[in-house]
Amino acid sequence: MYALEIENLHKTYASGLQALKGIDLKVETGDFFALLGPNGAGKSTCIGIISGLVNKTAGKVRIFGHSIDDEFLVAKSLLGSVPQEFNFNTFEPVEEIVVNQAGYYGVPARIARQETERYLKQLGLWQHRRSQARRLSGGMKRRLMIARALVHKPQLLILDEPTAGVDIELRRAMWDFLDQINDRGTTIILTTHYLEEAERMCRNVAIIDGGSIIQNSSMKSLLKQLNSETFVLYLREELAQAPRLERFDNVVQLDPQIIEVEVPEALSINDLVGELEARGIVVERMRNKVNRLEELFVKMTAKPDTEMLA
Amino acid sequence: MLRQFWIAYLTITRKEIMRFTRIWIQTIIPPVVMVALYFIIFGNLIGQRIGEMDGMSYVDFIMPGLVMMSIITNSYANVVSSFYGAKYSRHIEEMQVAPVPNLVILLGFVTGGVARGLSVGVAVTLVSLLFTEFSVHSPAIVLLVALLTSCLFAMAGLINAIFANSFDDISIVPTFVLTPLTYLGGIFYSIKLLPEFWQQVSLGNPILYMVNSFRFGFRGASDIDLVTALLVILSFIAVLFAVCLVLLERGTGIRQ
Repeated sequence: MYALEIENLHKTYASGLQALKGIDLKVETGDFFALLGPNGAGKSTCIGIISGLVNKTAGKVRIFGHSIDDEFLVAKSLLGSVPQEFNFNTFEPVEEIVVNQAGYYGVPARIARQETERYLKQLGLWQHRRSQARRLSGGMKRRLMIARALVHKPQLLILDEPTAGVDIELRRAMWDFLDQINDRGTTIILTTHYLEEAERMCRNVAIIDGGSIIQNSSMKSLLKQLNSETFVLYLREELAQAPRLERFDNVVQLDPQIIEVEVPEALSINDLVGELEARGIVVERMRNKVNRLEELFVKMTAKPDTEMLA
Repeated sequence: MLRQFWIAYLTITRKEIMRFTRIWIQTIIPPVVMVALYFIIFGNLIGQRIGEMDGMSYVDFIMPGLVMMSIITNSYANVVSSFYGAKYSRHIEEMQVAPVPNLVILLGFVTGGVARGLSVGVAVTLVSLLFTEFSVHSPAIVLLVALLTSCLFAMAGLINAIFANSFDDISIVPTFVLTPLTYLGGIFYSIKLLPEFWQQVSLGNPILYMVNSFRFGFRGASDIDLVTALLVILSFIAVLFAVCLVLLERGTGIRQ
């Protein structure tokens, strides 16, 4: 059974903008799935249709086999969503926001209070339960939206940029929390601009660009397409110029003690270090120039400069 | 499923009632103060010079109309501001993503509007005791008309909120439509005082039926036949109910 099935999904807005051009997508039950794409690619439109916030122009969407057209009440009860923008009443107390959301799903008040307490405690918001939501920090507001989306125990959770504007420490805590939720059987679909996040957490990935899916595969097979990686090396001694290496083409000197080298898939990092040491160059430390998925993503969704500025 | 919808309905209703009771200084007190001023100025000061109207003192005559005016404006204002506020800050999406049928959303908001309309109505009635001693001819009719009228204007408020694109839009209808119709709806005068032509024109004003049937509940007499008045109110409710549901189903103003 698929947690989500999308067939030939189209969306054209009243302005004439064709946001989705016939998307097909299947997400397995229990998956942690990344839906990636540049700004304006159609991710949020797609999520909006699944959540019932946007009317589709054509196509079919099923959540655990239930059509959002014919069985929308059942389909919706299986879904929890965390939108990109804050969409709660900022004047309401934190606890009330979560309890009310449970009420909309028909959860009885006593159970709603218990579940609210559980999730607010897990997400570190329990001590703020009586505060008006507007008094929370940005990170707390994000966590509040996650608690609200989980309170009715959905089987499919859609997270649209859940860690946007959240500091790295908190982001890692949220990753761990989402991992736990996924381990307990909840299917998660994640959109994010932090590709490190997607690479770390997701098993499968789809990349959407210009309203079409341009890539849909497992994360592993996607990353295999990357035929080189760029490393930044910090050297012990200063160099007058970038060394000429036989098997490595792109060697760029960034600083007298820092060079950047592209390592082809056929070669290892040991080959690079060995070749440098043979020339008396000692590497003190190194790092990936960019995240691997990010390199692929940029290549796949690359646009001419003029188009980007348009 | 029905239990699920019932819980959702109670949640929306409770939330709506909490909303206006939390800010009671803005929602309950101002209409009470305003009506007290009406009683002082029109009832006591000017009213004493006017004498009787339809066989009763002027202050007794205007009392049901002033209560009805408060019910109308507050049931309307509650829903229009709450629903538009939910649209504006996008927390209407909390209900849209949940398995809540549009009928439940409509009933929840309308109940909130009715609750505020009746709360203010009761408060204004209590204040009116300071200015006039009144008896109630038929409590059932008073309650029925108050309930139906607040339902009707709560739904009208919802339609206004659905189409509103700014906070200006939610004040245009109350200012330019609701207030004039209310003032010309027989609160301060009997339509029998008007020339024949204007009496006929007044019959096109729906608020006239509400004010007069409400007055009948208090005094046992009115310008309009009670059954006709109730039929007019019920017809408007049926039409607005259908319009509200169609708009919510289409997602007008709330779904792209």
